[in-house]
Amino acid sequence: MSAPVAALRSEWAKLTTVRSTPWTLFAAFAVTVVFGTLISALSNAQFDNLSQQDKLAFDAAGTSFTGGVLGQLAMIAYGVMVIGGEYGTGMIRNSLAAMPRRGIFYFSKLAVATGAALVVGMVTSFVTFFAGQAALGSHSTTIDAHNVLRATLGAGLYMTLMAVFSMGVATMLRSSMLSMGILMPFFFLVTQILASVPGAKKAAHYLPDQAGEAMARVVRNSDVPYGPGGGLVIMLLWVAAAVLGGYLVLRGRDA
Amino acid sequence: MIELAGVTKRYGRKVVVDDLTFSIRAGCVTGFLGPNGAGKSTTMRMMLGLDRTTSGRILIDGQPYARLKEPLRHVGALLDARAMHGGRSAYQNLRCLALSNDIPLSRVDEVLEQVGLASVAQKRPKGFSLGMGQRLGIAAALLGDPEIVMLDEPVNGLDPEGIHWIRTLMKRLAAEGRTVFVSSHLMSEMALTADHLVVIGRGRLLADTGMREFIDLNSRPSVRIRTPEPEKLRDVLAAAGITATENGTGTFEVADVPTERLGELALEHRVLLHELSPRHASLEEAFIALTGEAAEYRTGTLAAGAAPVVPETSRTES
Repeated sequence: MSAPVAALRSEWAKLTTVRSTPWTLFAAFAVTVVFGTLISALSNAQFDNLSQQDKLAFDAAGTSFTGGVLGQLAMIAYGVMVIGGEYGTGMIRNSLAAMPRRGIFYFSKLAVATGAALVVGMVTSFVTFFAGQAALGSHSTTIDAHNVLRATLGAGLYMTLMAVFSMGVATMLRSSMLSMGILMPFFFLVTQILASVPGAKKAAHYLPDQAGEAMARVVRNSDVPYGPGGGLVIMLLWVAAAVLGGYLVLRGRDA
Repeated sequence: MIELAGVTKRYGRKVVVDDLTFSIRAGCVTGFLGPNGAGKSTTMRMMLGLDRTTSGRILIDGQPYARLKEPLRHVGALLDARAMHGGRSAYQNLRCLALSNDIPLSRVDEVLEQVGLASVAQKRPKGFSLGMGQRLGIAAALLGDPEIVMLDEPVNGLDPEGIHWIRTLMKRLAAEGRTVFVSSHLMSEMALTADHLVVIGRGRLLADTGMREFIDLNSRPSVRIRTPEPEKLRDVLAAAGITATENGTGTFEVADVPTERLGELALEHRVLLHELSPRHASLEEAFIALTGEAAEYRTGTLAAGAAPVVPETSRTES
């Protein structure tokens, strides 16, 4: 059997034999669906209080995906732990002694972990869409409405890409604790704060989660200078940078 | 067969491993000796391609480690007993390793049986004692049925039974014709297991020689004498120009004088002796003798020009 196939099988076995994998992925699913549905129900109840302009710009699909703001934190935890599990114990040395071609090791790990995140991300996105629309009642939209399917796929893809981004960052930092300590507050607080500070707002649009949000919207946010396609490109650039950075660190440093 | 040629490792300005050249042969246990911080672990990590060499070359069966196709089938290594995922069962930890090198999964059960962990195969190593962790690490090293087995400080933290087990295992592996390379800072342990020694201090090669030769070369033979007439013996030795150290009443230690000559002297001067015995220096004494006077070498088998060994504190072995 060729080395990449063996590496993929090994990494799949690693992913599926630790408890953190089902826990973090389930948390990402549950938190996104529960909060998305709650916010949808709240929006439904408060809809009449919205201004005429807000009513016109109301994004039924986008509203059901807002749970992702919290759910993404579990996806970040998943991505960090996939990598951090190797570094916490020094297991990375066993892994690299078994797979000395570090590129094969790294990209195999990323491939299987990304695959699992993609499945969970998509399931989460569709479930939260339908649950959210049910909660929105008369203000809901349908999956076959214009751009809705694209936004649903975008929301699922966004969660997946956040996991991949975290894997790259964790590989660069080589520590779960450090990665969590940086990524969690950053995406939970810092980007939200930056996005509401007038001066920093323009730059904040180009942060990964803000770009990702554009992917999950049907109605384009008029403040943001790009649409869903632009959001995807920005997000992919962030992910590519993190993954490449992780690869260079892993390749260059002593284990 | 492992060959090192001019292997050097620098961290910034600090030279941790300095121009090491030696090879490790199959069929015997080669002990890798040196005080803590001498560069043993770094050298072993470089052999496994984990740490990059600053210069020099390491070949495993004629190839660099990274070029080996299924490396676990060539080299099995125990570097750190804790290097297992604590949340994944012992069995699954080994299964993940086996899959990466396409090793049949039946080997996982075999090695767990071999190291005596079969009954806790489904338990997570988080709750393992140090000794059990060490056994799991050794199981991982044996997984690919490798020709080369490399163990870094394998007896650390083991109970006497565990130490005995590792010792027997290493001897058996060597008897099967494998290359066994084991590092330790415990000379007494090495003396019981190793056939051949590679000694380093401050990253430099101090000796690469057989165990017996090493002790003979690096220790001065001495003779122990016990007598009920210490005053008389003292005078006799002094008159013959022999310096003796006295350890307690009536017990003398004489270096560099053959037993025969001492016996003849005693007979000649009619000194009653209760004991006249040649002493074999231990490996530990030989080691201290070597590293203590590392600057002056007596034979060609020892590398020249190394500095005296002082344990380094800035880099911990891990």
